[in-house]
Amino acid sequence: MTTLDEPLQVEGEQQPLSGLAMVPRGPQGQKPADYRSDQEVRWCPGCGDYIILNTVQAMLPALGLKKENLVFVSGIGCSSRFPYYLDTYGMHSIHGRAPAIATGLAVARPDLSVWVITGDGDALSIGGNHLIHALRRNVNITILLFNNRVYGLTKGQYSPTSNQGMVTKSSPLGAPDAPFNPVSLALGAEASFVARALDSDREGLAEVLSRAAEHRGAALVEIYQNCPIFNNGAFDVLKEPGSERRLIKLAAGSPLGLGEPDDQGRHSHLVVRDGGTLRVVARDEADPAQVLIHDPADPDPTTAFALSRLSAQDLSYVVTGVFRAVSRPAYDDDVRRQGEIAAEASPPDLEDLIFAGDVWSVPTHRGASA
Amino acid sequence: MNTERIDRVVVRFAGDSGDGMQLVGDRFTGQAAAFGNDLATFPNFPAEIRAPQGTVHGVSSFQVHFASSDILTPGDAPDVLVAMNPAALRANAADVSVGGVVIVDPDEFTKRNIAKAGYVSDPLSDGSLAHLTVHQVTMGALTLGAVSELGLGRKEALRCRNLFALGLLSWMYGRPTEVVEDYLRKKFAKKPLVAQANILAFRAGWNFGETTEMFAVSYEVPAAALPEGTYRHVSGNAALALGIIAAGWVSGMKVVLGTYPITPASDILHELAKHKNFPVLTIQAEDEISAVGAALGASFGGALGVTTTSGPGLALKSETIGLAVMAELPLLVVDVQRGGPSTGLPTKTEQADLLQAMFGRHGESPVAVVAPSTPADCFDAALEAVRIAVTYRTPVLLLSDGALANGAEPWRLPVIDQLPDIRPDFSTEPNAADGSGTHWPYVRDQETLARAWAIPGTPGLEHRIGGLEKAADTGAISYDPANHEFMVRLRQQKIAGIDVADLDVHDPSPATTRTLILGWGSTYGPIQDACRRLAARGVPVAHAHLRHLNPFPANLDDVLARYERVIVPEMNLGQLALLLRGRGATHLVSHTQVTGQPFKAGDLEAAFLAYMEGVAA
Repeated sequence: MTTLDEPLQVEGEQQPLSGLAMVPRGPQGQKPADYRSDQEVRWCPGCGDYIILNTVQAMLPALGLKKENLVFVSGIGCSSRFPYYLDTYGMHSIHGRAPAIATGLAVARPDLSVWVITGDGDALSIGGNHLIHALRRNVNITILLFNNRVYGLTKGQYSPTSNQGMVTKSSPLGAPDAPFNPVSLALGAEASFVARALDSDREGLAEVLSRAAEHRGAALVEIYQNCPIFNNGAFDVLKEPGSERRLIKLAAGSPLGLGEPDDQGRHSHLVVRDGGTLRVVARDEADPAQVLIHDPADPDPTTAFALSRLSAQDLSYVVTGVFRAVSRPAYDDDVRRQGEIAAEASPPDLEDLIFAGDVWSVPTHRGASA
Repeated sequence: MNTERIDRVVVRFAGDSGDGMQLVGDRFTGQAAAFGNDLATFPNFPAEIRAPQGTVHGVSSFQVHFASSDILTPGDAPDVLVAMNPAALRANAADVSVGGVVIVDPDEFTKRNIAKAGYVSDPLSDGSLAHLTVHQVTMGALTLGAVSELGLGRKEALRCRNLFALGLLSWMYGRPTEVVEDYLRKKFAKKPLVAQANILAFRAGWNFGETTEMFAVSYEVPAAALPEGTYRHVSGNAALALGIIAAGWVSGMKVVLGTYPITPASDILHELAKHKNFPVLTIQAEDEISAVGAALGASFGGALGVTTTSGPGLALKSETIGLAVMAELPLLVVDVQRGGPSTGLPTKTEQADLLQAMFGRHGESPVAVVAPSTPADCFDAALEAVRIAVTYRTPVLLLSDGALANGAEPWRLPVIDQLPDIRPDFSTEPNAADGSGTHWPYVRDQETLARAWAIPGTPGLEHRIGGLEKAADTGAISYDPANHEFMVRLRQQKIAGIDVADLDVHDPSPATTRTLILGWGSTYGPIQDACRRLAARGVPVAHAHLRHLNPFPANLDDVLARYERVIVPEMNLGQLALLLRGRGATHLVSHTQVTGQPFKAGDLEAAFLAYMEGVAA
């Protein structure tokens, strides 16, 4: 039996611990303006990052934390300027490395709410290794992955989520790369919390973000974000009339459907199980026994993965909301707990440590004991 | 039977890498320490865990030098070689001093084994060992006989052969036996049969020496008169780990080690991972980059961020060290150097990362560089590196190497309340000069030029830092040309201004000595030994050894100017010499060796003499 078998719980509590359980509570009545730094925001006009920033500034007061105990760590890219605009602690670090830096910070400081701000190039290209390992370890951090399917800061090259064939300056004949599905990747990396939101859906985004912050362990939120300069309108079909035939909003315990609801609030189409996979069918064709009821707490990620595959690169269907939220031990809690248990068993004393083992004194003669 | 008193001896155990040579070498060392000898050790092993048996590639050895007086190196040439098979003999016989003793097991010298080792004829009969005293002891057969009562399988019984060899050597040098038997009982507590077999083999080896007439004499190496104090036997990597723990202890900062396994640095992780009862957290990261990233993230949070690696890993960490330079955060980066480039010689030693440590980053990116000089000195070097890192808010490169990491010596244990005082001195009050009541992270201490360091969780001091150029004082992003010029020079000035101890010179006759030997790192032992030998021959030479490679000690130029000739021995192609020439030194002789092995004192003695006589200048 190791010390690592059970998620951390406060004595007497039934629920797993919140991701914010050890972060000191702040004053009541915080306002979004409290989280605005004195820096002028310098994204391009029309950038989706503005809406995300406003949404984050609007949802942070509700978390009710001391703002000095919030840290935003970013990598490199347009989205990674995010920390400069929040009046919390922050670090604008190195391309791809934010999850690694956040891991060290989270391990050292359980009293902080640690956020990672990253983009599709930052998280999935140069930093892919750190992302999957932060998710695998389940470090108590909240990762916001702004996916605009293009490199913005370096002026418009295709990214690891760009459509195959996309014409850019670095791919005049079309991008030859097959894209990642970030939600599938995260689930494959054993993530305990995976969600997706749209920059334009402030309400949906805010809800997903606060649930991600409350999750103890690594939470990944993919945010579809428009780049008006290099990939403008990439997600427009999700914002235009008719988008309800594409968008599947996840709600725990409800049948999954899409399409304009009828007068009784019933969707025109439903998601049904079909063998090992999922399929969208018209309501009247759906076998009621096969209609999918969403359960983000399902310990088996198979259905969540199938849902992620329902989201197509061409956006014919896009699933948003929380795909998976399961409780398993957080890495940083375990690392600290090992130390606490060791310290209880053997209280640290530097002199004892250094003078341990086979020591001898000079001039005391210690010869020839054999 | 005679017992002859000698003042020093060098013993080397050599065998297949699965033969347990490191274990018996380590035990023999423990015996010497328990006896009160001064000692130094040199383990040498292949990179492959189990290379093909019986071949020269698979030979692993452990050399122990112990003495009744103060010694500095593991010894140039073994006086006694125990070779468990023909390959071990072939790989090591040439090193043995003339007239030295070789102990072999003749049963191992089958036609097949002789051929496998690459011999064309049997070295035991072809006269090629005529300059040595060869003792043929059927160690395998005698071990089988000794443990036969236990009913072990042949293979398992033969595994105790190394303890037979240790027993024989223990008899030859009158070593204490209890420490070995206690160790075996403890190590194999859960396998009492194995413990018993090893003890029987060990005793059989001792008794063989005692009862046969093969060995005309045994030897006595009296205890050494070391300076008063309490001692323990320590390897460089263990001393370094303990130094890191001690630095965390005295600074009150939690140690967060982010690291990735790499030879020969991994033992620092292993040692730190054993002491989690201290405020020591270890993160075995997914790669070298993540490892240093985690360390830097922890430093941002006010912990003592540490990362440990070897040359190839340092290359991967360089971008993050650049961020630490820009962010001006403490970070201890330990590089246990090995033979390079690329995978190079992972288990061997070299000093060829000095220029990488100094300059191996993008942009003008100065860091402090310190180097320990002996295995036990790794403890003090770690404390010194952390003192600089924390006081000056800077990454510090600590350059150890394979010889220090795995070598061991007696360590005179420090007095705990005399350890250096290291304080992070975190900011708690706003410092903005414009009266805005905010925190400006790049306001500096006028003396050290260290920036104000406020850690997350400090109310009212919220701020953002990062890799973009900083405006002086406010730390806001700045693309201003004049500001960049100012900041680049300021970062350089901060490192150049680090307060480091003056360079000590060991000069037996300052009025007449005309040659200075200037070294750094693990070459201390062989250089000092060579200088002593020259002094004994009436040839005085001075020796100075650099602990600080960046900044150099303030008196360095004065010291260099005092001598007509400065010889700089290095295990690289002259990297320190290049730095010194960059400062204008013109009277340097760069003496270099890149064999993957430490310098031998005798070779240095000859080389120094030759330079002084102008033969090889």
